Amino acid sequence: MGNPMKIRAAVKDGVTEVKILMQHNMETGLRKEADGKLVPAWYITDVTAQHQGRTVLEAQLGISISKNPYLVFGFKGGAAGEKITVSWVDNTGDKRSDVAEITA
Amino acid sequence: MNSEMNLERRKVLKVGGGVGLLALFASIGLVSPAMAEVDRKAFSAKSMDEALSAMGVIIPEKTDAIKLSVPEIAENGAVVPVSVETTLAKVEQISFFVDKNPNVLAAHFYLPAGTEGMITTRVKMGQTANVIALVKADGKFYKASREVKVTAGGCGG
Amino acid sequence: MNTSNVKKIILVLALATSYAAVAGEVSDSDKIAQYREMISDGNPADFDEMRGEELWKTASGPKNATLQQCDLGKGAGVVKGAYAELPRYFKDTQKVQDLESRLLTCMTTLQGIPEEEITARPFSSDTKQSDISSLATYVVGQSKNVKMNVLVKNPKEKEAYEIGKRMFSYRAGPYDFACSTCHATSHVRIRMQDLPNFFDKKDAQSAYTSWPAYRVSQGLTRSFQWRLNDCYRQQRFPEPKFASEATIALTMFLAVSANGADYAGPGLKR
Ligand code: HEC
Repeated sequence: MGNPMKIRAAVKDGVTEVKILMQHNMETGLRKEADGKLVPAWYITDVTAQHQGRTVLEAQLGISISKNPYLVFGFKGGAAGEKITVSWVDNTGDKRSDVAEITA
Repeated sequence: MNSEMNLERRKVLKVGGGVGLLALFASIGLVSPAMAEVDRKAFSAKSMDEALSAMGVIIPEKTDAIKLSVPEIAENGAVVPVSVETTLAKVEQISFFVDKNPNVLAAHFYLPAGTEGMITTRVKMGQTANVIALVKADGKFYKASREVKVTAGGCGG
Repeated sequence: MNTSNVKKIILVLALATSYAAVAGEVSDSDKIAQYREMISDGNPADFDEMRGEELWKTASGPKNATLQQCDLGKGAGVVKGAYAELPRYFKDTQKVQDLESRLLTCMTTLQGIPEEEITARPFSSDTKQSDISSLATYVVGQSKNVKMNVLVKNPKEKEAYEIGKRMFSYRAGPYDFACSTCHATSHVRIRMQDLPNFFDKKDAQSAYTSWPAYRVSQGLTRSFQWRLNDCYRQQRFPEPKFASEATIALTMFLAVSANGADYAGPGLKR
């Protein structure tokens, strides 16, 4: 089970802006340790964001995304107190889901 | 790397006794079936041409309707902020590429109706290169491109 | 420092370490400022803060105690605003302590963890995070937007400040460098890094209040003690002992020079 994310969601003028910071090493599989051994690829492949059960964003990530991935997006609607659920799965099958409340 | 990555992907798909994990996710509504089926070959593409053809893109049109924001200089290639905002209607997908990275496709986003045509994320860049944003709107592909200079990062530590 | 001195430094740096020093080309500095602005949101140091808070509140060590009774100078258990007043003199230890040495005191006395165990891992690495470093990140986060107000009143505080000030300009080592060799002139850079001039109030404030920081190049959150160690390395000095009197004195000098500014960390650096 992965480490917790940091999710901030705020609604303004009818648009909810969601900022997601995920805790993940995002190893490319191309990096070598000091001893010359390759560090195996280990990265988030899929991210999904839902607002009250409805999907508002789906993402596929590759090895070029920075360590501790950061995503910002927005969708129409959303109200203070409603919930945003973000889930990810990585290439080893590990996964994580966190919930945040929309603020005004 | 290419086959290694495909292997990794396949391993993921095998989890759950033959039912792909993504399909499993799809069945519980975490990931839509459309996404689970998407050909991930684009993620192992080594060049822009290869990536675009894996994604079924013919020739993306250039447009002023896409605003791609990147720093002119990245103090460190490990974190390069990239942001795209478009005024195009019916945005369906947004993708980011780094043309000189080993695998050019960095991220691919599906935007359901109601989601704004705007994405910000952070990519790694091995060297000075072009960041390319590809936007699919109303069935058509558009692109914008900008160069980012990556500095060597200075005195260690 | 006069210009010929600066030239000498630049030459030494260029020859000895392949550093290229360029005196402030404004445009590049602006571009770097733009880059820093763009990465300023979404700081992964938040995760280290969360980890530190968990450690603060979780009972551990031979005494199975939390750190919630730790006195960081504003009374037992008060974390809010504590960092903005450190280093300071503590009656119980009869010493001037910075954040990290004070955390060391609390971990050994309250939790009963042997000092050697804590100082064996003062900093995080790729494979293992340092507890004391995460705790420091948590504590500094609780002083965000609090005005720096480090007092030099008590005789021991005065002594620490004076020692720190002298250390800052103390030249030694294979290149005869002092901190002031690199940090006492405005608008000097090594490669792309602007070197803060600690005798300039604004520079000193923005440098001090942005540490600890998440270092993008390392993918890790780094403490102030780490920052000092890294500059000792730049100075070609031996690595100082963790939480030693010398590093506390130097921190005292730098912290006082930042007085009056709002603490802005944990920061996010290249
Ligand atoms: C050889 C030149 C050199 C010497 C000597 C040196 N430093 Fe530095 N210092 C640097 C460089 C270069 C940076 C920027 C490093 C970076 O961005 O990685 C820096 C950064 C710093 C920072 C952080 C500034 C910021 O805004 O993030 C502090 C604090 C600091 N130095 C303190 C010291 C102290 C205290 C000493 C003496 C023990 C010292 N330095 C000696 C070169 C030096």
